[in-house]
Amino acid sequence: MAQTAQGTPATPAASTPSGETSFPAGTPIIVEGTPALGGSPMPGGSPPPPGTPVGAMIGTPAALETPAENTAAFPAAVPFDAVPMGFYTDTTVCIGCKACEVACKEWNGLSSYNGGVNVLSGDSYDNTRHLDGQHWRHVKFIEQFDNTNQGRQGRWLMMSDVCKHCVQAGCMDVCPTGAIIRTEFDTVVIQSDVCNGCRACIGACPFGVIEINPTNNTAMKCTLCYDRMQAGLTPACAQACPTASIQFGAIDDLKQSAQQRLEQLQSLGETRAQLYGADDKIVGGLNSFYLLVDEPEVYGLPASPQLPSRNVPTSGLMSTAGAVAMGVLGLVGLRKRRMDQFAAERAGTGQRDEEVTGD
Amino acid sequence: MAECHPVAFRWVSQAKLQGAKLIHVDPRFTRTSALADIHAPVRAGSDIAFLGGMINHVINSERWNTEPFFKEYVVNYTNAATIINAEFKDTEDLDGLFSGLGEYKEGAWGLNGFVGQYDNKTWQYEAAPVGDQGRTANTGQSGEQPVESGQPGAEPAPAPPGPPYDPLIQAMPRPTPNRDPSLQDPRCVFQILKKHYSRYTPEMVERVTGCPRDRFVQVAETLLQNSGPDRTSAFCYAVAWTQHTTGVQMIGAAALLQLLLGNIGRPGGGVMALRGHATIQGSTDIPTLYHSIHGYMPHPTALKKHNSVAEYLQTETLPKGFWSGMPKFFVSYLKSMYGDAATPQNDFGFAWHPRIAGDHSHMPMMLAMSEGRVKGMFAMGQNPAVGGQNAGFQRKALAKLEWLVVKDNFETETAAFWRTSPEVKNGQLKMEEIQTEVFLFPSAQVAEMDGSYTNTQRLVKWHHKAVDPPGDCRSDPWFTYHLGKRLKAMYAGSTAPRDQGFLNLVWNFEPNPEEVADSRIKDEPSVYAMMREINGFQTATGEHLKAIGDIKDDGSTTCASWIYCGVYPEEGRLLAASREPDPDPLPGANLNWGYSWPSNRRVIYNRASARPDGQPWSERKKWIWWDPTKGDPAKNEKGKWVGYDVPDFPPAKAPDTPADPNGIGMAAHSGTDPFILKADGKGWLFTPTGLVDGPLPTHYEPVETPVKNPLYSQQNNPVYKNWAREGNEIAPPEDPSYPYVLSTYRLTEHHLSGVMSRWLPWLAELQPELFAEISPELAEEKEINNTDMIRIITPRGEIQAKALVTPRLQPLMVADKTIHHVGLPWHWGYQGLVTGAVVNDLSSLIGDPNVSMHEGKSFVCNVEKA
Repeated sequence: MAQTAQGTPATPAASTPSGETSFPAGTPIIVEGTPALGGSPMPGGSPPPPGTPVGAMIGTPAALETPAENTAAFPAAVPFDAVPMGFYTDTTVCIGCKACEVACKEWNGLSSYNGGVNVLSGDSYDNTRHLDGQHWRHVKFIEQFDNTNQGRQGRWLMMSDVCKHCVQAGCMDVCPTGAIIRTEFDTVVIQSDVCNGCRACIGACPFGVIEINPTNNTAMKCTLCYDRMQAGLTPACAQACPTASIQFGAIDDLKQSAQQRLEQLQSLGETRAQLYGADDKIVGGLNSFYLLVDEPEVYGLPASPQLPSRNVPTSGLMSTAGAVAMGVLGLVGLRKRRMDQFAAERAGTGQRDEEVTGD
Repeated sequence: MAECHPVAFRWVSQAKLQGAKLIHVDPRFTRTSALADIHAPVRAGSDIAFLGGMINHVINSERWNTEPFFKEYVVNYTNAATIINAEFKDTEDLDGLFSGLGEYKEGAWGLNGFVGQYDNKTWQYEAAPVGDQGRTANTGQSGEQPVESGQPGAEPAPAPPGPPYDPLIQAMPRPTPNRDPSLQDPRCVFQILKKHYSRYTPEMVERVTGCPRDRFVQVAETLLQNSGPDRTSAFCYAVAWTQHTTGVQMIGAAALLQLLLGNIGRPGGGVMALRGHATIQGSTDIPTLYHSIHGYMPHPTALKKHNSVAEYLQTETLPKGFWSGMPKFFVSYLKSMYGDAATPQNDFGFAWHPRIAGDHSHMPMMLAMSEGRVKGMFAMGQNPAVGGQNAGFQRKALAKLEWLVVKDNFETETAAFWRTSPEVKNGQLKMEEIQTEVFLFPSAQVAEMDGSYTNTQRLVKWHHKAVDPPGDCRSDPWFTYHLGKRLKAMYAGSTAPRDQGFLNLVWNFEPNPEEVADSRIKDEPSVYAMMREINGFQTATGEHLKAIGDIKDDGSTTCASWIYCGVYPEEGRLLAASREPDPDPLPGANLNWGYSWPSNRRVIYNRASARPDGQPWSERKKWIWWDPTKGDPAKNEKGKWVGYDVPDFPPAKAPDTPADPNGIGMAAHSGTDPFILKADGKGWLFTPTGLVDGPLPTHYEPVETPVKNPLYSQQNNPVYKNWAREGNEIAPPEDPSYPYVLSTYRLTEHHLSGVMSRWLPWLAELQPELFAEISPELAEEKEINNTDMIRIITPRGEIQAKALVTPRLQPLMVADKTIHHVGLPWHWGYQGLVTGAVVNDLSSLIGDPNVSMHEGKSFVCNVEKA
């Protein structure tokens, strides 16, 4: 894969200008005592050899890049390989700086509550409160403190939340216009120009991710920066995260490094450490999964989220049974009271399910 | 650090992933505490008690006394063995005072503010009295008081004129201090400090700081176990640590502890200041400070013997160690100021150079302004109407100005003080009576200009312009350069003596057509030309200087800032712009990534990373070492210092080289003296000169405090700065009207006074309103609910804020009293998208005596439900 787990696409190994000293990997750089300053300017010291460049013995590139050469160093716009991509969020190194929230808004041009003139929530340092149509990233703050005989002890948990890009996406199942698509990176994207604002997806998301964006009145959420990925760029939030709490890459790679980190934490005695959504138990797996140090509910994540479509097989079966029963009833007649009762029950159930799933 | 420096915290996170332990000592549980392995809560302002406790714990521990590394490092590399003057009296002898305290008398400037003054004669090394170790005595450090230099009582011989200035240096006394390497002499530094901290026990630490003693011992033990030949520990602090009347001594206590643990001059060690905003390091290297000129040379002053270059050098030069090169640095600096007009015949134009006359730092300047003694002010990227201490006092001072120039991104509170300030709203200032003419200039952003940053580890990094600034927005270099050009045109032809310095000032950073080719702004001055002047060049040929060793004292070289010499060794090769990381696996020095002054040394004093015999302390922590096979026989060299970093030591000076008792400069140091900027080559555990408030850090209470000093009768710093004025009232200790400790601080979501964040919707919505953090216990006591509006009251003022009730704040038991903290972020003001009360209306104009830093991190208040 062309991606690393550090939140940035791997760039080609730094090449050294030809003719310059290069250091083979694994070789410590041995620096000779340079006369740079060394050659003490004060009387009594040994004079420096005249004109010895300071960098001559430390492998400084002779040609210094000009701004134009610098821009040439930017990676070309080549899309990532079409394999499942996503986020692994290690909450144990999140510092709650909210750079992800701001970087997301900047890249995606999202508005702020009341033009920024928001109200203090009083809930720790969280003033944006939840994911919605104009907040596609949201940092949660959870204060856990107890008074002990050793003074007050506790933790302040932080977690940057985002759309989970579920393998079984409830939102996509219910969208009546086909606005919600699955991309070549296995991510889930709402196409604003196809969305009619019906809100069906809002109710269908078990994580409360989607809301109507007040600017264009369509349902919106994280796209995992589909536009950036198509150009081979890391999503804005992961790019901005200073501590690599948000890691972006190929899901297979991310799962591997998450597993290693989990084992490290467990070996350090963090028995509550667990991965959330890294396997297929949570709606078939999450393409944005988390490393937590407490139960999912503590972070406001459902322990076993249910998709609305879970009812489809049952209700479908029931509906069929009901229809059959009705037919039988029609044939047998209305005199058999017990049969009447049974048929009415089945028919009612089937109808309710149909409404919910929008079939 | 996570709270105020989230990007730098990346490296802490990386270290944690590799198993590093993170300890956070702070009154509050912050975003840094959230990631720490240990959080130790302490009362604001009690830091020296905590650090002193660790010093006491360390030197009495079994590990420190049995692991040979510690003694070997301390005896050879610090002044622990040096014998101190027999007349010296410690705080243990004088109940909280050092010997030499006297009364302070204000001079003509009248705004130095000291409440007392030490004569540091008795703090000196026994065989090397005042003037031989450091700059000079007393408050002379900042040029605030007339002081004598050289031997006390003896008039120094007239300074021989120069250049050359070598005879002047040769004529200076250079006695060798007496030492007791066994550390047993009762007058040696080690025994003095051992006694000084002997009462700083875990019980005392708990009593003074409120930190549970077990937690304190856990911190001290973790640090001790993680220091030694194969491990190092680092201290990182945000500059709030300096914002105390004992701030300099707090940092000094951390340095003292790190020296005792052998954590200085070694990779992964040190004491790191995380500066308040971008390139604050650069702004002290090439300073906006009043008391020093480029490269940390003392500013010429009217109060010392500074009548000629020779006198200045005689007063300020240390004859031993690296600073003996000052004649070269200073003359080359004068050449950068006055160019061809500076000649040996006119003493390099020294007479033109401005002199200081006292403490001209921010608070005294605002006080002078309030007295009508300051006519005009430039506020560029500064917002004293919000960020200044006792901000209401400072806003009223602004109204005494004739003119005020604000160059910023938005109309700041300072620019709008005359129309929207609380004083205008409440009638204390009448808009129609304010005569100040205010000019507001729109500023370019950092991405809209070329330039350099110098960050905290002395790393100079170039940044390239991404886009032209919009409209009339211009860079600071543009504004300053064109202002200077217009002023020069106005002054042209003046024959007044006072104008000659300005007329002779070199002012030639004309736009370079190549640099502005892609820009709309064709008159942007050349910042590369500025870098060239900073780096230095041969006066005659213009050829760039390659290294500090090229700098001369006869005017043949021009160099604005000697410490930057080498950053731009030739045209087209600006090392600050280099971006080449080391290949994996990282040795870690990354010498081709930016440029670290001086001479690209990444770890300063790195001779200490090797044992006295020149070999690494351990394989794990090797950094530079002596290689006897690398010497050049033609030069009679016995070997060379080699390693990952540029050695901060003469490159071929063998470890067994003895100090030359008659030598000057580096010859006066032995092959085992790593601290090359110090006259004695040692790291100073005990500070004989340079600090005005004592040679050893000592716990004093903040000036405003709810408790009596549990350690001494002396309540607070005996020489702190207090500018007693109407409107700057101070609460006495234990004032029942103000029972709570108040700290101000910053949040990740905003920057300083909010000019770069409160105007931006994306940031404003994250922290939209001013709040006061209080504990659930205090909230219950005062019947305050979460998000209730409360009043916070100090002797200077009263503000309103919403309460944020959180267990992250906790009451601490201090000296048998329950002490509550009130925490106030200070980002809000009366301009911008989101507004709120100015928290600094509560703080006071008092200061640390060494650097005039305010005490915004620890004062007292009351709170009431509004």
